[in-house]
Amino acid sequence: MTAAVPALDLPATRALAQRIRRRVLGHTIANDGGYLSQACSSAELLATLYGRVCRFGPSVAPALPPPFVDVPGPKNPGATSGGLYNGPRAPELDRLFFSPVHYALVLYSVLIETGRMAEEALAQFNTDGSTVELIGAEHSPGIETMSGSLAQTLSVASGVAMGRRLKGEAGRTWVFMSDGELQEGQTWEALAALAAHKLDTVGVYVDVNAQQCDGPTDRVMNVEPLAARVAAFGAACFEVDGHDPGALEAPAVLARAGKLGGRPLVVLARTDPCRGIDAMRARAPRLHYVRFVDAAEKARFQRELDNFDVREG
Amino acid sequence: MPIVSRPHRSNLVAWAADKPRVLVLGADLTASCEADLFRDTYPDRFFSMGMAEANLVGFAAGLAREGFEPFAHTFGVFLTRRVFDQVAMSVGYPNLRVRLMGFLPGLTTPGGVTHQATDDVALMRAIPNIRVLECGDATEVETVLDVCHAVDGPVYVRMLRGEVPRLFPRDEPMVLGQSRLLGEGDDVAVLSSGICTEEALRAVGALCARGLGIRHLHVSTLAPFDDPLVDAALTASRRGIVTVENHAISGGLGTAVAERMAELGLGRKLVRLGVRDTYAHGASKPYLLRKYGMDAVAVVGAVETLWGRGFGIDEAALRHAQVPAPRGTSKVEAL
Repeated sequence: MTAAVPALDLPATRALAQRIRRRVLGHTIANDGGYLSQACSSAELLATLYGRVCRFGPSVAPALPPPFVDVPGPKNPGATSGGLYNGPRAPELDRLFFSPVHYALVLYSVLIETGRMAEEALAQFNTDGSTVELIGAEHSPGIETMSGSLAQTLSVASGVAMGRRLKGEAGRTWVFMSDGELQEGQTWEALAALAAHKLDTVGVYVDVNAQQCDGPTDRVMNVEPLAARVAAFGAACFEVDGHDPGALEAPAVLARAGKLGGRPLVVLARTDPCRGIDAMRARAPRLHYVRFVDAAEKARFQRELDNFDVREG
Repeated sequence: MPIVSRPHRSNLVAWAADKPRVLVLGADLTASCEADLFRDTYPDRFFSMGMAEANLVGFAAGLAREGFEPFAHTFGVFLTRRVFDQVAMSVGYPNLRVRLMGFLPGLTTPGGVTHQATDDVALMRAIPNIRVLECGDATEVETVLDVCHAVDGPVYVRMLRGEVPRLFPRDEPMVLGQSRLLGEGDDVAVLSSGICTEEALRAVGALCARGLGIRHLHVSTLAPFDDPLVDAALTASRRGIVTVENHAISGGLGTAVAERMAELGLGRKLVRLGVRDTYAHGASKPYLLRKYGMDAVAVVGAVETLWGRGFGIDEAALRHAQVPAPRGTSKVEAL
């Protein structure tokens, strides 16, 4: 048996979220741009997944990610899996499938703040020859599947969960998604199949920040009422405050206790894409990718970083 | 030429008996793809995925990631152009042991363009890591499973169903990357694949009876395309090369041969028979092969074009001619 890393308590989880936010903010300022709103919205969600929900062993990957060698292929033994940062594969341990890989910077920050990757790894971010890519790939730290085209990972994770069931493994399969992916038909195909095959070892956490590349989701293509839609597809659906680690964790506790009637779990985490960084609010509704418009705006973000309080979410 | 009824249906069951990691996925075309006996025999190893091919492909990828060998069964059109991105990203990129069993290749269905996979080979050849195989008879339908099983990566197979002729001896299985030498000669090379091999056999038999030297190869591995037998045939042919395939002439066998000829620096004429920059329509196989120039008559015409003269071969007789029994690949070593 590979032991899971002990869970964090709730205050430590909240502090982890703030450290994730601060690190992404600092990196965005240093690099004159970044996927910052994704950190604002998902910091507590990912802190809860890594800190309390997922049963992971310690990382079995190099603290400093090795350079890119190869993509997977019959003659490419140098290909690696970013999933190794989430610990060894073991029947009793969990797996996390990270679908919206444009959140990569947030994920890398999670790995650093949870001691799974060296701080210096971020220096490789989006540099030539590195696996610490802008839009994470299968070899990027923390990422098991190629999922940049969005909405494919839930299907892959479903197959993994079925495979694990066939092998009698007790570990659970978690999926992190963005709400924009609920516009893709494949997501609904996957939800139907999860319910039909009663894959209750699968738990899906969706960062419902109501934002996507073109702007607010309700103006791009409405997906509401999400909870009713998801429930109608046969999942056990919970709508929670995505900035409250306790509320985020509660449905996972029910799932682990087998109290969801054999249904897959979907947690809709309602989140704020400006949470914790007030300078973001002036940019609404264009939040998908932050590029500072001028030095004055950058200075406002810098002041927030200088005064960042890691204790408050 | 014996006809085998639904060879895949029972063969899949027998073949998988001692392979517990082999799973079958259906997509609302389970009996249509002759996977129903597997479903009924091994219900714990069969998964109904419904009419949802994007998820089907991803689900298969997940199973393969856990060490299983899923065989996804549906029509070729739905496994390729409908889910090209899913196949490329969820299966091709990670080089997973997923087997995409595509039925109704080319013009083998009266179902019309929605069901006729005339671009599937082109699409799958464009995805790195995927091997593309095509069955030409019952022996290949029965032995392609072993070929798949030995591949440490994804495979797309053009499968045949229903009444399938047996052209090749049962003890001469499909071999990855190796074509079958069905006729010898250095005047013209005829390279055929899939059901067009039966047509080419009729044509080559009639042409050889007129004293022409035709090297006939049946190609079952379309990607990778690196068979030395093919290179040798292309190099040896004095008057030119004919390809005939149950597919568009762009992106399939004809294109692969053209690429190879250019790489080998061969200045020969090439006649590509297949669907030419068009959609087909729903009708019988003989009608469609005739209409789109992919039958024995078309192969004779292509050779006549290369020769610059006619051979007076009676078209009606050709169409109804017995298919000459091809010599087995065991002869290859003797060459």
